[in-house]
Amino acid sequence: MDMTHSVQLAQLAFPDAVPSITMAHYLFVSAAMFVMGLIGFMTRKNMIIMFLCTELMFQAAGLALIAFGRHHLGADGQTFVIFVLCVAAAEAAMALALVVLLFRYRETLSSQAWKELNG
Amino acid sequence: MINTTLLSNLLAFAPDTHAAADHAVTEIGSGPKWILLIVGLPLLSSILSLVYAIIGNKTKLPAWTTVAAAGTAFLCTVAMYMSFDGTPYTVHAFDWIQVHFGEKSMIANFSFYIDTLTIYWMLFVTGLATCIALYASEYMSHDVGTSYCRFFGAFGLFVFSMACLVMGDNFLMLYLGWEGVGLCSYLLIGYFYKKPEAVAAAKKAFIVNRIGDLGLALGIYLIFVHFGTLEYAVLFSDPTLLSYVESAKTGDFSAIPTIAQWIPLLLMIGAFGKSAQFPLYVWLPDAMEGPTPVSALIHAATMVTAGVYLIARTYPLFLASESALPIVAWIGTITALLAATIGMAQFDIKRIMAYSTVSQLGYMFAGLGVLTPTGGAYHVLTHAFFKALLFLCCGAVMHGFAGQLDLRKLSGLRKVKGWGIVFVGMLFGCLNLAGFPLTAGYFSKDTILAEAFVTPGYSMIGWILLITAGLTAYYTFRVFFRVFMGPVEYHPGDELHDHDHDDHGEEAHHDTNEHGDHHSDHFHPHAPGWAINTVLVILTACSIAATGLYFVGGDKDAHTKHYADTMVSASTASYHSNYGKHAFEYYEKDPEHYPVAGVGPRGNIDKALEMPIVGGDPHKMMYYISGVIGVIGIALAWFLHLFGRTNAAECKMDPIARMFGPIPKLAENKWYVDEIYWAILVSPLRIGSHILHWIDKLLVDGLVNLFGLLPRIFAWIIRPSQSGVLQGYAVSMAGGVAILLLVVFVMVMQGGLS
Repeated sequence: MDMTHSVQLAQLAFPDAVPSITMAHYLFVSAAMFVMGLIGFMTRKNMIIMFLCTELMFQAAGLALIAFGRHHLGADGQTFVIFVLCVAAAEAAMALALVVLLFRYRETLSSQAWKELNG
Repeated sequence: MINTTLLSNLLAFAPDTHAAADHAVTEIGSGPKWILLIVGLPLLSSILSLVYAIIGNKTKLPAWTTVAAAGTAFLCTVAMYMSFDGTPYTVHAFDWIQVHFGEKSMIANFSFYIDTLTIYWMLFVTGLATCIALYASEYMSHDVGTSYCRFFGAFGLFVFSMACLVMGDNFLMLYLGWEGVGLCSYLLIGYFYKKPEAVAAAKKAFIVNRIGDLGLALGIYLIFVHFGTLEYAVLFSDPTLLSYVESAKTGDFSAIPTIAQWIPLLLMIGAFGKSAQFPLYVWLPDAMEGPTPVSALIHAATMVTAGVYLIARTYPLFLASESALPIVAWIGTITALLAATIGMAQFDIKRIMAYSTVSQLGYMFAGLGVLTPTGGAYHVLTHAFFKALLFLCCGAVMHGFAGQLDLRKLSGLRKVKGWGIVFVGMLFGCLNLAGFPLTAGYFSKDTILAEAFVTPGYSMIGWILLITAGLTAYYTFRVFFRVFMGPVEYHPGDELHDHDHDDHGEEAHHDTNEHGDHHSDHFHPHAPGWAINTVLVILTACSIAATGLYFVGGDKDAHTKHYADTMVSASTASYHSNYGKHAFEYYEKDPEHYPVAGVGPRGNIDKALEMPIVGGDPHKMMYYISGVIGVIGIALAWFLHLFGRTNAAECKMDPIARMFGPIPKLAENKWYVDEIYWAILVSPLRIGSHILHWIDKLLVDGLVNLFGLLPRIFAWIIRPSQSGVLQGYAVSMAGGVAILLLVVFVMVMQGGLS
């Protein structure tokens, strides 16, 4: 079902709650998700959480792409998101494997345990 | 006298040097290629010794290879001598340096110039090399293995270099050989490279020789600049040079340009360095740190005569300079006397032989200087045999007595079983060196002495050399009477190779210090084996046979008196008594050849004839005078060092030496020449080098390091940003993006984008 239809249906059902969802709403949600991911990445030390935060940022970017794609009435945005999802899936497999290996070396998931490459 | 072939060349190619050059080269003709074997075989043996070292040969194979190569080279030299018909020729190996620029060209081929002087020199160089290689095969037998290969490798390379030096047909070949023998000398002096003295001596020899080599290089450069050629055949038929010699003969030195007069002065410095003349003689006594066969071959018989060869070869250049030959004569005389006085006070028998070598080389230079290259070259030949013999005898003693060379610790070896041949060899060597009547050394020394008196203005040199002859006889027989005669007593040195327990060696060493009579308790000297004895017999025979050369080989047509005279006079060193008593006789017999009676380069024959010695012909009188002086020297040595001597350490000379006060001590310490050099040359150079070193270190290196330091400081400032913490990078990336966004935001706010 087309997204415009669902929005129209929602407006029909709850005219006050969903006054009119515009482009800005999508972008706001996307930006919020991205910033949450970023903050999480920068503040948390658990590598799995950090990895989840990057996933969050991926999805935020994907949401923005779809929103823009819809805005311009093209399929490019959605196509990109499909690619991003594929890459993210592959990357998730890799990253989790890496995390497991890193854990085996240091018996901890803290990213602070790995800082040999310093100046 | 100028060689007649050269004179005809002069007439034929008078116009310009270039045309003369081309023509002369084609004129001189080339010889058979097998002559290259003389040069090639020693090089081959050297390379083979290297190969043996690489494959880890542990036999005496390198020695036999070298003996075979040197022996074949000697046979080739004899064949070359036999087939020589009196005309010089060249043998071309390959083109080496051929540079052409405009009218001039610099040609220095790898080819060899064969004339009588070359043959004369090569005969004893290759002959002695063969003998001494055979001797060394036994002498070096303690080192069989890699060191043995190294020794014979350098030995072969030396013979190759010496052959290049003597046989090369141009000055660059001479220079190549000159540096080659210097290198081999360095390698062989430093053969025992674990001994600090040997390493220091090797460096000293090399560095002192560098000073001389600078002179030689500059001299060769000037020859090329002035005469436009480096080839002997072209140079010595060069009309310019021949005209200089003609001017010199009439005493008109103002007609010769100064630059040409500088050439011999520079070449002479090279000769002084290589032939250990004052003031560059200091390296030779130290060079005795090398193995004795090396001392015998390189530092007594062959390499050190290279300077004499150089001057003999370039004799026309020396004649063309007003001051060159007098300087050569005086330096030779000073060296002869100085070295003889030092030799008198030494106790190390090898050092005494070293100083006597320096002294005898001084004689040779004096001979060249007083216009008798014949005398110089004849003394080279006789000296080569008897000095090699003396060194090899000393080496046999050193080998047999565990490195003992102190004449105060050896006595009466004549009576020790198995030392008979060494005793006889030493006796003949000493008789020759002392100038005992009718020995070869006596005749060759007389030739120089008599010519010194005959040549006007040089009688002072004659007297000094005569005194030196007496000193030589004394110190030579001092060694002989102390070491070989008298009561039997010997103390071994500190190199007990044969006794494999080291504590024994230490013990023996301490014993000798206590002057106790422990000489034969444990130590048994081992007498020389067949190789050493054979070589000693051959050399004794040669040094006796060299006497005969004074009486045979004279050529009536060429007005030469004996073999050496004939050989030298037919070469570029042609200058026999064109002047002096003989010239007068020749003038009477043959006015066509000698049109002007007795006019020589340095004066008039009449003056020479007015100065007879003791009212007679100088040559004949000199036989008696120098013979008597030699015998007096020997008698003095007998009285002071043998008569009534009861042990090795003390003799009649000791109280007499004390009467002279500090003089014997000064002479024993070599007149402190080394210390003076150290004070006035080496230390200032060292201090200067240290100053320059610090300038280099602080100023030059400082600037470079400063430029290297700047990036380091910058990096040091920004380096902490690379913390290695993952989140740190994330923060800086996010911060960067934030700043970028802020900038964009501010720009949008200010309406910049529209």
